[in-house]
Amino acid sequence: MVIGSSGDAETDAVNAAVNAWTEESGIPVSVTPAADLVQQLSQGFASGSPADIFYVGLDQFQGWAANGSLLPYAGDLSNVGDFYPSLVNAFTFEDEFFCAPKDFSTLALIINTDAWAAANLTDADIPTTWDELADVAATLTTDSQRGLVFSGEYARIGVFMAQAGGSLISDDGTTATASSPENVQALTWVKDQLNTGNVAYASGVGTGWGGEAFGRQLAAMTIEGNWITGAMNADFPDVDYVVAELPAGPAGQGTLQFTNCWGIATDSRNHADSVALVEFLTSTDQQLAFAEAFGVMPSVETAADGWLDLFPEQGAFLAGADYAQDVLSAAGSSAVVTDFNAQLEGLAAGDPQAILDSVQRNLQAVLDENAS
Amino acid sequence: MNARSETGPTASRAVGPSRRRRSRGIRGRENLAGWIYVLPALLVLGLFLLIPVIMAAWVSVSNWGGRGSPFSSDVSFVGTDNYRAILLGGGLATQDFGTALRNNSYYVLFVVPMQTVLSLYLAIMVNRRILRGRGFFRTAFYFPSVTSSVAITVLWLFLFSATGVVNAALAMVGIDGPNWFNDPRGLIHVFLSWAGVDSAPAWATSWGFLGISGWEWLAGPSIAMFALMLMAVFTTSGTFMLLFIAALQALSAEVDEAATMDGTTVWQRIRFITVPMLRPTIFTVVTLGLIGTWQVFDQIYTGTQGGPAKTTLTPAYLSYQAAFLDQQWGRGSAIAFILFAIIVIFTIIQRLVLRERDTVPKRKRFVPPSQEAVEKARKMGVTPGPSPRDRSPD
Repeated sequence: MVIGSSGDAETDAVNAAVNAWTEESGIPVSVTPAADLVQQLSQGFASGSPADIFYVGLDQFQGWAANGSLLPYAGDLSNVGDFYPSLVNAFTFEDEFFCAPKDFSTLALIINTDAWAAANLTDADIPTTWDELADVAATLTTDSQRGLVFSGEYARIGVFMAQAGGSLISDDGTTATASSPENVQALTWVKDQLNTGNVAYASGVGTGWGGEAFGRQLAAMTIEGNWITGAMNADFPDVDYVVAELPAGPAGQGTLQFTNCWGIATDSRNHADSVALVEFLTSTDQQLAFAEAFGVMPSVETAADGWLDLFPEQGAFLAGADYAQDVLSAAGSSAVVTDFNAQLEGLAAGDPQAILDSVQRNLQAVLDENAS
Repeated sequence: MNARSETGPTASRAVGPSRRRRSRGIRGRENLAGWIYVLPALLVLGLFLLIPVIMAAWVSVSNWGGRGSPFSSDVSFVGTDNYRAILLGGGLATQDFGTALRNNSYYVLFVVPMQTVLSLYLAIMVNRRILRGRGFFRTAFYFPSVTSSVAITVLWLFLFSATGVVNAALAMVGIDGPNWFNDPRGLIHVFLSWAGVDSAPAWATSWGFLGISGWEWLAGPSIAMFALMLMAVFTTSGTFMLLFIAALQALSAEVDEAATMDGTTVWQRIRFITVPMLRPTIFTVVTLGLIGTWQVFDQIYTGTQGGPAKTTLTPAYLSYQAAFLDQQWGRGSAIAFILFAIIVIFTIIQRLVLRERDTVPKRKRFVPPSQEAVEKARKMGVTPGPSPRDRSPD
């Protein structure tokens, strides 16, 4: 089993879970944290002797499903009905449910409580619309601190596109919808906000990501996923914050969700045992144990209540599951996203329509190539 | 990167013809023994070099998807599709390749001359006999070359961060430093904007190549790429300095002394004596420099992953990205082969430029001494100067 671990906490938790399973079943399993998961797995698939079980990111999923590396086993799991439908949908390729979602994360608004209080804002001021978000960002901006800072990339700015009712791809995954008026509206709003100076990209304040800007108190608010809680505990334990749901845009609430799954290799020689292990790892109790160890959100609905008991203050992340959009995952689309991100870095001075038009062209070309 | 490559071509030229002759009898055994001695090396080279290259060549003209053997029956030949998508398609693959090629061209254009000049300068300095503690300086200059490039990249990320040491130093002299590794602005664009040119003039947008416009081609290296260029010069000049030192020590001191007696300045001696005599080493250094800079990968992989805004994307990294991250294996190896062709072409051009000329250029020829002068010289008991033929080959 090869995993792309976020740190010792995750590695230890997976090891403990796998050891528990080995005691039950008598089958030894070795867990290897990968330095570069995608590259190591690609080597494994090419050589014909891949690891039995591994993490699969959503961005890699379709490529490996298409070239036959992944075993479509998830439909036969006994707990198949427990997974969130949107996650099942994310890991379905050509009408087959390939691999069991491991866990997932959504984006929410993270607010620095001290900065909030210093600006005389109260709980009632937590923004629920774009206008309110713009207002509090302006109120929170000081000489040393921006109101709102997030990474200048599709995986963050996409929430505004979702809130405006847009997305990069049609629901059936065959047509690119990047240049829709909804997306243009969203990017135009973000551009205007960037130009007010109250909102900035993380790179613009000299940081690598929103969490770093938030932790170093260069930002009063940021848009991040639940992994930020781990980073805050480890690197910035003195900063107090609350997690709120993202405001609604013209088309209602929207956020992005990120997920990965337990992949099983087609070329594995231990299919049955691997499926049994995945079934054990995705069980409600085991997922709650993972959540406790390293803060992820369980992929099964049956664990939602238990998770809320563990992390009551992070309810906004789980609430996001109801209206979250999957990030773009079509095979070959990561080059399109990279290009989109490159253009988003220049959004403040750029033309939203022109940016989205080029994404539309590139994405449609990829989709046409996949279909042919 | 060994000093042997300087003498290699001449040595083989000297013994070449006699080896060709097929010898019989007791000499035949020597031939066999020779093959047996080189067999392990041949096997290793074949296994780790030749076979992978052949496989990659096949992948670049196939639709292999990254699973199982590329030679299995369900992989089919797609001709030049992958190459066409990169060079002529006009889509994202072409744009990315064009961008990578632009970035790397500026990288080569800056790094190769800089590292050659700097390493030659360092070598001449360190080679001076009057310099105290030469060993210390040699080690100090060579140190960055033996440090792992990953470690140096991380060091560089710290040095050039928005609030890093470099910007702190710049602030001391009143310069507001850029956010180095997050600044995608091209240097030439920055200079142009200082001169008042902020948007693309018509003549620069009317043409394009490999999917990106003329204005983009003229952007210059981004500020992020510039930081990486400085790093490349910093890390490689030590290695090349060593090559130059070795060559300098092989030069005979008499020539230099004779030139000193003739009243030349230090600069003249470097320009007209040292540099011409170092020509084979300069060829080696420039060749190694060209190959190394066109293949730049590890700094990008550990440092910037092609960002900001794709301005540190290079063909080598793009090849990796296309294959491992986008599962476009054919395209990835096609990029690798195009890169190979670029390197070969550049090396050939460079070899032509730095070639030894058999004939001495006219203006450097000695004027044949007139009969009168010879007579006069004989009377005075001096032999006429050397003829051009006596020039020692360098």
